[in-house]
Amino acid sequence: MSLYIARRLMLAAGVLFIISIAVFTAVRLQPGDVCKIVLATPDADEQQCRAIRDELGLDEPAAVQYVRYMGGLFVGDWGRGYISRRDVRTEITERIPLTIELTLLSTAFALLIAIPIGVISAVRQDGWLDYTLRLLTIGWLSIPGFWLGTMLVIFPAKWWGYSPPVGYTEFWHDPLKNLEQLYLPAFALGLGLSASLARVTRSAMLEVLRQDFVRTARAKGLSERLVVLRHGLKNAMIPVVTLFGLQFGVLLGGTVVLESIFALPGLGTLILGAVLSKDYPQVQGVVLFFAAVLVTINLLVDISYAWFDPRIRYV
Amino acid sequence: MASIAATEPAIALGPRRRSRARAFVRICRGKPIGVAAGAICVLLVLIALGANELAPHAPEATRFPRMHAPSRAYPLGTDNLFRDIYSRILIGSRISLGIGFGAVAMGTCMGTLLGLIAGYYRGWADMIVSRALEVVLGFPPLVLALFILSIFKTDRGFSLPSFIWMSFAIGLIITPTTARIVRGSVLSIRALQYIEAAESMGAAPSRIIARHVLPNVMAPIIVIASIQIGNAILAEAALSFIGVGISDDSHPSWGKMLQDTRAQWQAAWWLSVMPGAAISIAVLSFNLFGDALRDILDPRLRSS
Repeated sequence: MSLYIARRLMLAAGVLFIISIAVFTAVRLQPGDVCKIVLATPDADEQQCRAIRDELGLDEPAAVQYVRYMGGLFVGDWGRGYISRRDVRTEITERIPLTIELTLLSTAFALLIAIPIGVISAVRQDGWLDYTLRLLTIGWLSIPGFWLGTMLVIFPAKWWGYSPPVGYTEFWHDPLKNLEQLYLPAFALGLGLSASLARVTRSAMLEVLRQDFVRTARAKGLSERLVVLRHGLKNAMIPVVTLFGLQFGVLLGGTVVLESIFALPGLGTLILGAVLSKDYPQVQGVVLFFAAVLVTINLLVDISYAWFDPRIRYV
Repeated sequence: MASIAATEPAIALGPRRRSRARAFVRICRGKPIGVAAGAICVLLVLIALGANELAPHAPEATRFPRMHAPSRAYPLGTDNLFRDIYSRILIGSRISLGIGFGAVAMGTCMGTLLGLIAGYYRGWADMIVSRALEVVLGFPPLVLALFILSIFKTDRGFSLPSFIWMSFAIGLIITPTTARIVRGSVLSIRALQYIEAAESMGAAPSRIIARHVLPNVMAPIIVIASIQIGNAILAEAALSFIGVGISDDSHPSWGKMLQDTRAQWQAAWWLSVMPGAAISIAVLSFNLFGDALRDILDPRLRSS
């Protein structure tokens, strides 16, 4: 097991290394002169340009720039934005709590909706309830999250004059206000994920409930609830966790859209603003940060299989 | 498949035709929702192809009353910039579906190629392909698309390069799924005896892949492609909505229409509901169609 974890860790580090090179190269492939972007004029003064290129170290060979940048990452110097002129690391660390809370809340919404639906659907297979729930989930899989999010801002405001408080308050500062600011975007984000999770829960449950040990559990007189939840659900969790790992990226990507709709100062709005203003050091920093998070999550998902199914032994 | 069969004459012309017609009737009975969804998909594609003829007005024309509610003259209302929403949605289907199909075509080709290489050659090739896919999976999909578009799509308006970059950015997102499924299928087919027979007769790998492997993995490829169309349409809408899509008054996409009118949604419900419904109907139809197709062509994929 520990050997397996060590190997997976090495692989993850390798993948992150390749990602960092890819991102670094791609940013330098962008057409257009950096100094025109920085000065925001098409006809930049040659002398100013030279000063800027010098300051940003753009005249050095790409390999040197890369090593310097990566070295900087490890000692906490993540560069400065061309446009914002702000320290990339401070910008990112300031915005992490919001994005983490948003993804956690939407995960909670997604699981709370998906697992009961999936279990009920499987237990009542091919009944009218199963049919309705399946149509419902495939229906809300087709609703764009950003559209739902915007509707959730606009219509309560129009009909009942209700709108959640603007901006972001830290949780420990004022928990209620904090939750009120985040529950709508989290719901819009989680709903799409819940649809696919519910479908996977259903099919995994169907598979598990057909197995011998479930029949045995029933035969020895366990209550149906215990059979379904303890014997069925726990064993049906592997595909659900796999899908969740695969979909976590979708969730992270979704924060870009929903944070911008709800005007939340998180990582999503940071990268969107940076992309739109062509502030590449910021784009690079946030993209690498997202990739690091996602690769770590995928690693954890892989390792968690062993917890859900002790039969899995890694060599 | 069902939709193609539907266009054939029902009159029996020969034993083969008759059995196809019978199979079609059986599918219609067994999967009424899937067949209906397939019909809507075909309709949507026809609308997109004939949009220029069907649209009553030019999408960029601004000679209409501002934010007029849906009425006989303006079936879906007019927007805050004096334009006819019905015409814009019809023309918009070209962009939304076009990029949806373009992205799936690109993603399916890339994924199939990688999956074939990894599954057939195994060993080193498999390792390199798998690592490459992990690199792609290391990015949140929408962030990857955003990143690619921000660097490579220099043209904001409607043009071939911007269309291709949009399709590529979204296609790249769906590549790993396709590649993994193809790889798995190829691995299981490669172990079968007829591949061994072909190899022992001295057939070149390219011939074995083209003649023996590819035809046998077509079913999962078709299924996964049809399921991904809905996601691609959603991704295009989201990217257009946050302002990195194709921005061109005479070539609006549904996501762009939502972005254009966002500030006025509270004042006029049809601004948000109409393009939103267009997206949802298209995505729902492709999802239901893909689901039915999966059940018919490849029931093994059900659990994944």
